[in-house]
Amino acid sequence: MLQDKDRIFTNLYGLHSPGLKAAQMRGAWDGTKFLLEKGKDWIIDEMKKSGLRGRGGAGFPTGMKWSFMPKQSDGRPSYLVVNADESEPGTCKDREIMRHDPHLLVEGCLIASFAMNANAAYIYIRGEYIAEKHALQKAIDEAYEAKLIGKDNIHGYPFDLYLHHGAGAYICGEETALLESLEGKKGMPRLKPPFPANMGLYGCPTTVNNVESIAVAGTILRRGASWFSGIGRPNNVGTKLFCVSGHVNKPCNVEEAMGITFRELIDTHCGGIRGGWDNLLAVIPGGSSVPCVPADQIADAYMDFDTLRGLRSGLGTAAVIVMDKSTDIVRAIARISYFYKHESCGQCTPCREGTGWMWRVLNRMAEGRAQKREIDMLLEVSTQIEGHTICALGDAAAWPVQGLIRHFRHEIEKRIDDYAANPHSESVLIAAE
Amino acid sequence: MAVRKVAPEELQPKSFAFTPETEAFAQAQIAKYPPGRQASAVIPLLWRVQEQHDGWLPQKAIEVVAARLDMPPIRVMEVATFYTMFNLAPVGKYFIQFCGTTPCQLRGAGDIKKVLEARVGEQGHVSDDGIFSWLEVECLGACCNAPMVQINDDYYEDLTTENFEKLLDDLAAGRPVKKGPQNGRHASEPQDAIKTLQDPSLYDGSVIGSWRKRFEEEAVKAADADTEKKS
Repeated sequence: MLQDKDRIFTNLYGLHSPGLKAAQMRGAWDGTKFLLEKGKDWIIDEMKKSGLRGRGGAGFPTGMKWSFMPKQSDGRPSYLVVNADESEPGTCKDREIMRHDPHLLVEGCLIASFAMNANAAYIYIRGEYIAEKHALQKAIDEAYEAKLIGKDNIHGYPFDLYLHHGAGAYICGEETALLESLEGKKGMPRLKPPFPANMGLYGCPTTVNNVESIAVAGTILRRGASWFSGIGRPNNVGTKLFCVSGHVNKPCNVEEAMGITFRELIDTHCGGIRGGWDNLLAVIPGGSSVPCVPADQIADAYMDFDTLRGLRSGLGTAAVIVMDKSTDIVRAIARISYFYKHESCGQCTPCREGTGWMWRVLNRMAEGRAQKREIDMLLEVSTQIEGHTICALGDAAAWPVQGLIRHFRHEIEKRIDDYAANPHSESVLIAAE
Repeated sequence: MAVRKVAPEELQPKSFAFTPETEAFAQAQIAKYPPGRQASAVIPLLWRVQEQHDGWLPQKAIEVVAARLDMPPIRVMEVATFYTMFNLAPVGKYFIQFCGTTPCQLRGAGDIKKVLEARVGEQGHVSDDGIFSWLEVECLGACCNAPMVQINDDYYEDLTTENFEKLLDDLAAGRPVKKGPQNGRHASEPQDAIKTLQDPSLYDGSVIGSWRKRFEEEAVKAADADTEKKS
């Protein structure tokens, strides 16, 4: 288990005050001026050396992302945009940061903006997080009041931080859709290139980072890149917030070292699998968009980017959705397909039409009302959606379906056989519930 | 994608105007964005207008927002129909957004849905007394506290059919209710079994400045190397 002194989010459960005074007692805003005086290059270099990989799902190195921003302005301002549109099913970590430890985020915004020559930053929070929006706004107001940020602040770097909210569109978690939404349009992803670091918000250089990636920056710089990179496993370092949901005895958020094994994560913090380890069916280890992994492969796997990629899944946002043997896995994945059908922005045909098609076919398969050859057809169609759209939502919709067919084809075939063998279709419906 | 259309003619009010509070809010929002980028305020402003108008957006309001932000009405209409939190038809006094996505489904959201169907009726319809309406929405991001619903602005988490029935009873009767987890949990901690964040030194201020030693040692080292070079 990660030691308490190595935890970054010390108020994760909200047992202490989220206010400025209490946050400062926990180490936020401590020596921020000293860190800024070390210079932009030092900050970016430390972030690179720390090995921090973006916490929003893709795992792109944060320090490298920051270094893509122009060093010299061509007259356009630069922006930092923080992606707080946490909507990936299973993920609920940024919410805890924003309502319980918001000052780590506000401080991180100042540091990151300073490193990237940005004098303004926007935090884009999902519309449903209304209490979190107020909590975060309160922290921003406190920071302005204490002159920690603002045009004329004690850090000597003019910096404005604004909170903006969305209105319930998963797609706005995609960085270019988020920028479109922030500009007051429908959240439809943009073609890349140009990348946001060249042409982002209002056509200006912009970096979009996840809440967790920004909120850890202050602590990493204080404690040092070598401290952060000493936790975890090579290329998968540091601490990470895991959101464990589904069939565990005690679902929870917890900060743990990257590369903790699945078994240790569940046994230490979540009170074990409901009904014991023999009752484990499968796990979706990184939010709904990654393929599920069956019990025997996940039980002792390291929870990090590279190990899970080796299992043909992914760490994603570290939203661990646990499913025991009572789960109707076909229906569970069909519900995820419905999610993607609902959230497709409708811009690219393969995704707009394909997500609905996959959902309808999976729904039939959940009842057994299908032909076995359709399983291969479904797989084929999913590969036609994957990689053929502007953004990754098409991929995200295809992967869970591919994971289901890869590991649970026998389950779908059994449903089809049962349905075919039973002349009373209603009774099969009940059996499949 | 979902097809979303504005409410039929007979439900639409004849006119709409900002209250002074909404106008003040609009000005504060527009000030957040660079000059000429006032369109950025469209989502916050539509949201505010929806709050002003009993939880739903009539067509006239969309037009008023467009005029206020100097945007073509169709652009605002696009935004209002794209984002699912904008209700285009009347909702109940308590508008229940029920999360039905897989993490909640695994924890028994299906039973919560049955309660809603039995008590309130079909989704998207306001109950006869005008108190409730509900809608199945996609993941609300409180998965460690599943199953959950959002009622107006607030999350109600860790639901069971019993505590959810009671919650609805209390709301209907106008009794005060507790927001957040309904089973005595504080937030998203492992219930009654927190093993982390127990070290008191995290909270007594002793972490302040303790990290500076590293920089002081580095500075001493650098100074030593400097003097060595000189000698």
